[in-house]
Amino acid sequence: MIKVERKDVADPGIDEKVKNLNPEKIEKTINWVLGKEAAARLKAYVQTCIHCGLCSEACHYYLSHDRDPSYAPVAKVRQTLWEILKRKGRVDGESLKRCARIAYTECNLCRRCSMYCPFGIDIAYLISIVRRMCHLLGVVPQYLQARINSQMATMNSEWLTQDDWIDTAQWQEEELRMEIKNARIPLDKEGAEIMYSLHSVEVKFMTQLIANIAKIMTVAGIDWTIPSTDGWDNTNQAMHGGDFETMGMAVRKHFEAAFKLKVKKIVMNECGHAFKAMVYDGSRWLGWKESPLPYVHAIQFYYELIRDGKIKIAKKIKEPVTVQDPCNLVRGRGLGDMLRYIINATCEDFRDMTPRYEHNYCCCSGGGVLHADKPWKTVRLEGSRIKAEQLKATGAEIAITACHSCHKGVHDLIDHYKLGMHVKFLSEILVEVMEIPEELRVAK
Amino acid sequence: MYEFLTSTEVYNFIKGPLVWVSFIIFIGGSLYKIISLLFLARKDKVVYPYMSLKYSVRSIFHWVIPFASTNMRKRPWITTMTFSYHICLVLTPVFLLSHNMLLRDSWNIRWWTLPEGVADVMTLIVILCTLFFLMRRLIAPEVRFVTSVSDYVLLAMVAAPFSTGFLAFHQLFFDYNLIVTFHILFGEIMLVAIPFTRLSHMLFFWLTRAYTGSEFGAVRHAKDW
Repeated sequence: MIKVERKDVADPGIDEKVKNLNPEKIEKTINWVLGKEAAARLKAYVQTCIHCGLCSEACHYYLSHDRDPSYAPVAKVRQTLWEILKRKGRVDGESLKRCARIAYTECNLCRRCSMYCPFGIDIAYLISIVRRMCHLLGVVPQYLQARINSQMATMNSEWLTQDDWIDTAQWQEEELRMEIKNARIPLDKEGAEIMYSLHSVEVKFMTQLIANIAKIMTVAGIDWTIPSTDGWDNTNQAMHGGDFETMGMAVRKHFEAAFKLKVKKIVMNECGHAFKAMVYDGSRWLGWKESPLPYVHAIQFYYELIRDGKIKIAKKIKEPVTVQDPCNLVRGRGLGDMLRYIINATCEDFRDMTPRYEHNYCCCSGGGVLHADKPWKTVRLEGSRIKAEQLKATGAEIAITACHSCHKGVHDLIDHYKLGMHVKFLSEILVEVMEIPEELRVAK
Repeated sequence: MYEFLTSTEVYNFIKGPLVWVSFIIFIGGSLYKIISLLFLARKDKVVYPYMSLKYSVRSIFHWVIPFASTNMRKRPWITTMTFSYHICLVLTPVFLLSHNMLLRDSWNIRWWTLPEGVADVMTLIVILCTLFFLMRRLIAPEVRFVTSVSDYVLLAMVAAPFSTGFLAFHQLFFDYNLIVTFHILFGEIMLVAIPFTRLSHMLFFWLTRAYTGSEFGAVRHAKDW
């Protein structure tokens, strides 16, 4: 038998939590998920999989680990679901620990494998089922659970209070007014055209991104607003944790804020999983076929602004750039062409990656793996070796990542693999190259 | 033992009632499995609302035509072997002269027949591909990791009727009466196994492919090949 080798990683969210469980509780919970929650798809996928192993070459973990078979998508399912099904849920704490490790840190739910499987089996769905079981038993990576707890308590994943949010918005507005005349970040403007939705990390750490979007909105003359109350944050680690109830709660709060403000559509910042939560998983959990309001990602928004001439480009970026295709936005929404339109409009020397579009590799940060944080950083960096090779091969100096997980993940792997590149969001590029009309500029 | 297995009674039984039984189980079982899955899918609330005929067909199209998908192009040997195997697997028993003669005798139905030489080659292809798949399971690490006894049994279960059929027709090595008895029995075993083992990928592959095609195509505006 092929031996599975993994370095020991201490994560109290998994290690300590399994100690509280007894086999009866585990069995009961697992069978609840198998019987009541998972249904046709689980049965069809597990029964139809012919164990051909063709999904292996799709997975960045498998490729980054020199084709170690235990990282293949089907191998992940074998080590988790097959065990569980064979034993009819009668697994012990140690097995559950292994399942949690594989489901939460060895898969990004990127769905590249479904494109390689001849039967179109959704391996990410199967892994999500395992995560659901682990969540219901309380076995979740510590840092990931911390963010989910924050979501439950404060409706954002950074433990920010309402004051924190409003203060930050007003501070960024003030800063921006030193550059752009009468720049505003309109809070609670009822009847505005667009509600802008952002990521709590931007409020906590990356506040310049708030100023960026305000600048873009002001120059483009967009009628926009952001709620001052709960519901401004679009992050959703609960979705990754398997806590679908909290996932639904956060998504509902967000749409309710939009309904209250009577906006026509929601435009969101550059994030991948938030889009997935709002438009797919969260909305579906709440019973909507898709998001109840048009939900536009920043990529599409910027594309439309440039295409319609609302933002004009004054100069282009000279350094060679490349682009990461965020899994949730390109494989997950087909925004690859719009992304490239923006880049070609704003950058002179664009060097695309190979493979690209839907076939691009996951950067190994999404799906909650980034948020499993410090204990699992090495696992994430090792799994992204193939991405590092891709980036290096482009010879670019800047990697454009229109997703927060990709941004942090690619930044980390550039560091680790010493690629000497910089990561930028689209908004960072835009504010650098866009034309600011004379009348909006503050006289020096 | 030999007398029993090659007796007229046993021969008539496996060629008569047992054929009925195995076809009823095969067809009935397959229908039951498909229909019960279709019903179960109603409970999985995301399946039907997102199914799209256009994108299902688009996806199936890209995966039943050799080399129409990226992964198929990346794995030319496996693709060639897999398609040859399945095409020969399905066409040979349906259009074989020996089987057509039985069909004519029993039901007075006639249809097109494969030339004998071609049928021979097709049978040998099935056997050759079986050996290829067997080697793959034993040697390729990513396949070995997820292979267990059942995978070998399935390979053997499909290879058995083809190899015994070939041996019977050419009257090689074994006594004809004995080997043809085994051939019929193995064929029947394979048929009844289809709805209840992983051989049912024959029934379900269309559905999983259609759903993924719909999700990727209609919802995510992306290609799933």
